Amino acid sequence: MYKFYETSFKNQTPTLKEKLQSLSLSYIMLICAVAGIGIVMLYSAANGSWSPWALNQLLRFGMGLGAMLVLALIDIRIFMRYAYLFYFFTLILLVIVDVMGHVGMGAQRWINLGFMKLQPSELMKIAMVLALARYFHSSSLQSIESVRGIIVPALIVLLPAGLIMAQPDLGTALMLIFTAGAMFFVVGVQLWKFGVVLLGGLLCIPIAWHFLYDYQKNRVLTFLDPERDPLGAGYHIIQSKIALGSGGVFGKGFLKGTQSHLNFLPEKHTDFIFTMLSEEFGMIGAVLVLILNMLIIAYCYSFALKSTNYFGKLAAIGLATNFFLYVFINMAMVLGLIPVVGVPLALISYGGTVILSVMASFGIILSVHVNRNINIGKD
Amino acid sequence: MNRDNDKGKVLINRALILGAGQFFLLLVIIFRLYYLQVYQADKYKTLADENRISTRLLVPPRGIIYDRHQVMLATNQQNFQAMIVAEQTTDVQQTLDAFKKIMPLSEDEEKRIKKDLKKNRSFVPIQVKENLTWEEVAKIQLNAPDLPGIIIDEGLSRYYPLGEKAAHVIGYVSSVSENDVKDDPLLEVPGFKIGKAGIEKLYEKSLRGKGGNQKLEVNAYGRIMKEIEKIDGVPGEKIELSLDARLQEKAYDLFEGNSGAAIMLDVNTGEILTFVSAPAYDPNLLTQGVSSEEWRALNSNEFNLLVNKAISGQYSPGSTFKVVVALAGLENGTINSQSRSFCAGKMMLGNHTFHCWKRIGHGYMDVVRALQHSCDIFFYEAAQKLGINKIADMARRFGFGKKVSIGLENEKSGLIPDTEWKWRRFRESWQQGESLISGIGQGYILTTPLQLATMAARVASGGYEVTPTFNKIQPGEKRVFKKMNLKDINLEVVKQGMCDVVNVPGGTAYGSRFDFNGQKMCGKTGTTQVRRITMKERQSGVIKQEDLPWKYRDHSLFIGYAPHDNPKYAVAVLIEHGKGAPQIAGKLLLEALKLDAGNQPVE
Repeated sequence: MYKFYETSFKNQTPTLKEKLQSLSLSYIMLICAVAGIGIVMLYSAANGSWSPWALNQLLRFGMGLGAMLVLALIDIRIFMRYAYLFYFFTLILLVIVDVMGHVGMGAQRWINLGFMKLQPSELMKIAMVLALARYFHSSSLQSIESVRGIIVPALIVLLPAGLIMAQPDLGTALMLIFTAGAMFFVVGVQLWKFGVVLLGGLLCIPIAWHFLYDYQKNRVLTFLDPERDPLGAGYHIIQSKIALGSGGVFGKGFLKGTQSHLNFLPEKHTDFIFTMLSEEFGMIGAVLVLILNMLIIAYCYSFALKSTNYFGKLAAIGLATNFFLYVFINMAMVLGLIPVVGVPLALISYGGTVILSVMASFGIILSVHVNRNINIGKD
Repeated sequence: MNRDNDKGKVLINRALILGAGQFFLLLVIIFRLYYLQVYQADKYKTLADENRISTRLLVPPRGIIYDRHQVMLATNQQNFQAMIVAEQTTDVQQTLDAFKKIMPLSEDEEKRIKKDLKKNRSFVPIQVKENLTWEEVAKIQLNAPDLPGIIIDEGLSRYYPLGEKAAHVIGYVSSVSENDVKDDPLLEVPGFKIGKAGIEKLYEKSLRGKGGNQKLEVNAYGRIMKEIEKIDGVPGEKIELSLDARLQEKAYDLFEGNSGAAIMLDVNTGEILTFVSAPAYDPNLLTQGVSSEEWRALNSNEFNLLVNKAISGQYSPGSTFKVVVALAGLENGTINSQSRSFCAGKMMLGNHTFHCWKRIGHGYMDVVRALQHSCDIFFYEAAQKLGINKIADMARRFGFGKKVSIGLENEKSGLIPDTEWKWRRFRESWQQGESLISGIGQGYILTTPLQLATMAARVASGGYEVTPTFNKIQPGEKRVFKKMNLKDINLEVVKQGMCDVVNVPGGTAYGSRFDFNGQKMCGKTGTTQVRRITMKERQSGVIKQEDLPWKYRDHSLFIGYAPHDNPKYAVAVLIEHGKGAPQIAGKLLLEALKLDAGNQPVE
């Protein structure tokens, strides 16, 4: 099976045994630790019960772990080879979801596969990173620094971002754009171009404001002034801050978060799970979780830098950035630093698609590491 | 190839910058955590406690009011109420319809229930009907399967066993109104009731007790999760009154629907044994709450149900005042026990004619006989000799002209006129004729029945400044009153006159006499006109009382005491626009003596 690829690339493919040996055990342990904390918190969110969330999450994490290991063992060149195909496939899924959403009732973000609900937008986060990595892998610095050279990658980003925005899912669309922005930055797109886009974006805000849905406008306005509507849109963020603040340094103890268990805190098993964690385990618990996440990201960067191929480096950085955005946006949102945009805390929040897509990206990052010595040609 | 190397270098440089940027952003998160969880932790801890802890006041049971013999005059009764809990029924309307089949609900009630249901969360019980009888409770429980969501709840409500018979002493409790001073958080508790009149109002603070506290943990929807802390309150203090429930009931019943007041005092202690203002409202109804229509009906009642006539009604004392005038004359030496006046039925002063109530006259009268027959001419002359200021002086010594101050609301001070008062009031000088009519308790003089009873007790006690009180004198306790500095011999003369009023044929209250084991009643009658009899009417014959409208008939008054030789009880009775005050006084005093003797009360 491996030989098929060996013919088209230089033969530096490690054997299965070598691959297994080069899997970073500490990295996998870190991931398991964070996911374990998540499952413990879901147990608490259900007032000390494995159902309905903790056990489900454990099963999904198990599946994700399996998927991660499988992906880690796949040759990196396969990811590169099928990057565009995967991207187009996911794009079509996004179109299908959009069309179904318009035909059916209201907004819809997922396709029911029977055993799980597939969110194509989550898949797109990986697909876009791989597609961009492949594109930039093949292009020269000259082309990257030219305006013409970034038209195609820009389209790779804006097509799905537009489709996701139309779902409407502002949070995911922004994550996609931020991830892409980071990749554009890393590959060497000049800073002034970011300046132009940023300026253009700022100028577009008044126009974009018209196209935002009322609930999105409310979220922004509520962020700017949570007291504006303390019982409505502002309620979530006010209660979240109370829960966090009242946790203090040491927290109220496992299963003892009053804000969470008396239901003052909304969405405590999804978007606001970090709040519950901070309430029950205090600043110590919160910082510990943050440091574990930082370590995961640091490992991703280290893998990226160690890789000898451009595709691998860029893919790892893109996927790491995507993970970073989950962590940062979610935490900043529950801490009242940015508007509530509905981004879950990957690995900890309850949600099948997110955990599977994040585990998949960890799998690809591991594959980058495992195949770090493979030199991939430009085409 | 160089460019490719550059491409790789750019990637590594920029990746490091990107990583540093992400690291920095995560540091911001840590700072924010520090700000919220350390710097502002106290503020948010307070807010979290405010969220979860709901403090409820526990209403203490109200103090019970007893009479002097431990008979309950105001007590707390279990009150059953039907409540509906919305979340326990699938269809509120259906439950209410089923309820209506068992017990009628007015449209207003139904509207209120639905309003309350809408206002509150679905697990909050809403009152459907209160003050259910046992039969009604049984009916509801029997039909429970058809009444999902209906529960029976017990509370305490105030109950007055004597009802209207003691209404004006005990008063009643009712819901807190906007005007009440809210000096206690208990007053903010929905459904809490406070004393609005009588003893209930006077001793409100001690009767109320102290509210307890219950700290409950509630969730975001207000549902109670658990009790955190409970501090029990202090139940209201019990109060023992000087009243005797048996005499109180008897006195009220003796009025037989007539309007008036009756007060009986213990001569030696000043304890108020009966305190009746008749007819009265039913305090049990007012406690449950009456509609504004019912309230208007109570207010506009011809008999002034809501007015406490014993202290708020001001009446001319009429001939009962002759006791004061006689004592004033004797003490001032303007008359003595032998002084006589001739009553020809009328006398002239200037060009005014003053009539005696007996048109044909009484003939020669000394002070004892004048009291016995209530001769007006004798007291016209006595007053003429005394002048108003000396009469007023003596009246004030007996407690007239100022409040007795027993603590009940709307007590009036009455009026004792003198020359100075008239000048102040009318800028006119006092006329001698006014002294004359003051001598028979008419004119400007106004007294309350309580003042009359006080006067009777002071005379009966042999000249002590007896002051009435509602407080029971405990065994062994003594109330000492000041001597009034009256000559015993003069008091004896007046008391002789008062005894003859009742016990000697020809006395104005001879018909009300009794002899219970040698114990007799003494007293003085009074009749006061509420209209002026014109000259023309006098000539054509005074209209008979029975032919006058109720409102224009004379008042009947009586003050008295018993037993005659060693007075123990003093009474004052007033009947508005009617007759029979002496009879009521007689029956009441007899009852008191019989009770003392251990006899069963006479039905």
